[in-house]
Amino acid sequence: MASYAETGFRSALLRGDAPVPEGLTDGAGRPAGRRYDVYRNNVAVALREALETGFPAVARLIGPENFARAAGMFLRSHPPTSPVMMEYGAGFPEFLEGIEALRGIGYLGDVARLELALRQSYHAADAPKLDATRLAGMDEVALMGARLVPAPALRLLCSSWPLLSIYRFTIETGRPKPPARAEAVVITRPDFDPVPHLLPPGGAGFLAALTRGETFGAAVEAAGPGFDLSATLSLLLRQGAFSDLLTD
Amino acid sequence: MSYTLKSAALVGAVAAAIAATGAHADEMAQEKCFGVSLAGENDCAAGPGTTCAGTSKVDYQGNAWTLVDAGTCTEIELPAMADGTERMGSLDALERDLPMDS
Amino acid sequence: MFDTTSPLPPLPGVGYKPQHYSAILDDPAPVGWFEVHAENYMGNGGRPLAQLRALSERFPISVHGVGLSIGGPDRLHPDHLARLKHLVGWLNPASFSEHLAWSTHDSAFLNDLLPLPYTPATLTRVCDHVDEVQEALGRQMLLENPSSYLAFAESTLDETGFLHEVVRRTGCGLLLDVNNVFVSATNLGYSPQEYIARFPMDAVGEIHLAGHDEDHDDHGAPLLIDSHGREVAEPVWALLELVLDRAGPLPLLIEWDNDVPNWPVLAAEAARAARALDRVTA
Repeated sequence: MASYAETGFRSALLRGDAPVPEGLTDGAGRPAGRRYDVYRNNVAVALREALETGFPAVARLIGPENFARAAGMFLRSHPPTSPVMMEYGAGFPEFLEGIEALRGIGYLGDVARLELALRQSYHAADAPKLDATRLAGMDEVALMGARLVPAPALRLLCSSWPLLSIYRFTIETGRPKPPARAEAVVITRPDFDPVPHLLPPGGAGFLAALTRGETFGAAVEAAGPGFDLSATLSLLLRQGAFSDLLTD
Repeated sequence: MSYTLKSAALVGAVAAAIAATGAHADEMAQEKCFGVSLAGENDCAAGPGTTCAGTSKVDYQGNAWTLVDAGTCTEIELPAMADGTERMGSLDALERDLPMDS
Repeated sequence: MFDTTSPLPPLPGVGYKPQHYSAILDDPAPVGWFEVHAENYMGNGGRPLAQLRALSERFPISVHGVGLSIGGPDRLHPDHLARLKHLVGWLNPASFSEHLAWSTHDSAFLNDLLPLPYTPATLTRVCDHVDEVQEALGRQMLLENPSSYLAFAESTLDETGFLHEVVRRTGCGLLLDVNNVFVSATNLGYSPQEYIARFPMDAVGEIHLAGHDEDHDDHGAPLLIDSHGREVAEPVWALLELVLDRAGPLPLLIEWDNDVPNWPVLAAEAARAARALDRVTA
C-alpha cells in the first residue's frame, strides 16, 4: 500500500541515472533536485565504506579506484538484506570472481573469503578453551573414538593459492613475496582477536574431518600427505581451536 | 588421501602436542583484552558498523570497467596467476570454508 | 503504560566508540552515560559484547536502533525485531530509541534514515510499528525526529503534530535531536524556534546533539547535511538553551560518528553540554 512516493523514492536511490522521483520539494514548492542526491550519496557511500571496512586487503590489492567501482556494482546488485552491517558482504567473494576486469587476479575471491572469515570469527560466540590435559592419559581406543568440538570462532579455508602469504604481504609491511604454493589457513580466536595461521602439511584434511564431527581416529585417516599430527594438534590446542572433548 | 600412524606413535604424538601447548600456563586476564585489539587502534576484524549520519561525500555509478589503476597485486608474481589453471598441491576436494555457528 | 525501571540520568552522555574504551576507563570523570547502536551488538559474542557488558556495569546505557524502519511501508522485519528483543533482554538498558524514518523496503536494507510523508495513513502505520516494538520489548521506546533534506508534496501534517499524535496514540516517548531540528528547519525554510515551541516537550526523554556539514541546493539555498563529523554548531547550542528552558534538565547526548576524534575532544563537547545543563539545574 505504498500510496506515496516511497516506491519511486526507493527505486531511484540506487540508480544514479534515474530521474529524481515526483512529488519531492524543497519545502517551498520547487522540485527537490539535488536534495534527493543527498540520500543517493548517503546510501551508496555508506555501503561502499562498509565494504572498504570489511575488505581492506582486497582494496589494497586492486587499488582504491577499482575497489570503489567493484563495490559500487555490488552494493547496487546486492544491497544488504539485514540492518546488521557486520554481516554485509557475504556474497562479495563470489561477486569479485565474476567481474571481468578482475579475472586476472585469481586469488582475489579467496582473499575476500579470508577477510570475511576473520570478521565472522570476531563476532562468533564465546566458548571455553579445551584444557589440553584432558587428552593426556587417554588410551588408544578412547582417543581414536573421541570427538574434539570446534570452537564457534574457528574457521578453515583451503586455497589453491598462497592465501595467507598473499594476505600478510598485502596487510603487513616487510613481508616476503608469496611463494607459489597452495595454503590451508585456520583462523582461531584465543581471546578476542582472530588470528590466521598456516596449517602444517596434511592438517587441513584432519581439521576438516573434526569440524564435520568425525572422531579423532577418522580425522587422522582423513589427513593429507605428510601429515604432522604433533605440529597440527599443538597449534590447534594452543590457539583454543576446540571448546570441548566428547568421549563415548 | 589417507594417512595412517601406528597407534603407539599416535598416542605419543598427542602427548607431544599437549606438552607443546604449555597447558598449565596462566590464562590471560580477560579484561585487559577488551580495550585494544592486536591490530592496534583500528579494530579491522570487527568489520563495518551502522551509521545514523549522512555524508557530504559524492558517489558515482559505473558498471563495467577496465582495470584503471592497480594496487599491490602488481607486486605479486605467481606462475598460475595468469589463467588460474596451474594448481599447486590442489586441495579442491576439501570444503573451503566451514562456518561453525548457526 | 510501560515501566522503565532506571531511566537515563539528566547528564551528558556520549555515543560510544570501541576505540575509546581504554580512555574512558582511565578518565576519572568521563560522562554520565553512553549510547550504542543496537545493530552493532547483534553478533554472537567476542569483544563487542564483552566491552558492552563491562561498560554497562559502570554506566547507564542507551540502546539506539538504526535499522527497524519504523517509518517504512513494510511490516517490521520479524527476525530483526527478535534480535533486538534478545539484545534488550540481555543488556536491560536504561533506554531504547529509534528513528522516525525508514531504511528497509522489498527486503533491501539501504543503510540510511530515509524520509516519509506525514499523512493520516503514514501516521497509522508508524503508530502500529511503535506499538509492535513496545509490545515486543515490554518497555516504552523513544522516537527521534529526523533530519530532512526535502519535503513530500503529499504531506498534510506537520512534523511536530505528527509526533504529538504518535505519542498520544502509543504512549511512546520522544528523542529530540536539536541538530536535526536546525538542519531540517534550515533546509526546508521554517523557524527552528517555532518548531521547538510546538514540540511535545513533556514526552522528551533524551536529547541528541551533533555536528553538520554545509552544502547548497540547485538554487543556491543552504543545504545542511547531518554528518555527525564535527563539533556541534553554535546555532545548535543556542537552540539547546531554548529547549532546556522549556523542558528542564534532560539526558544530553553528543553524537560523533564520522571522522571520530580522540576521547578528549568528545569529553570537551560533553563538558560544554554539562554547562548547558548546569544553567537550568536548580
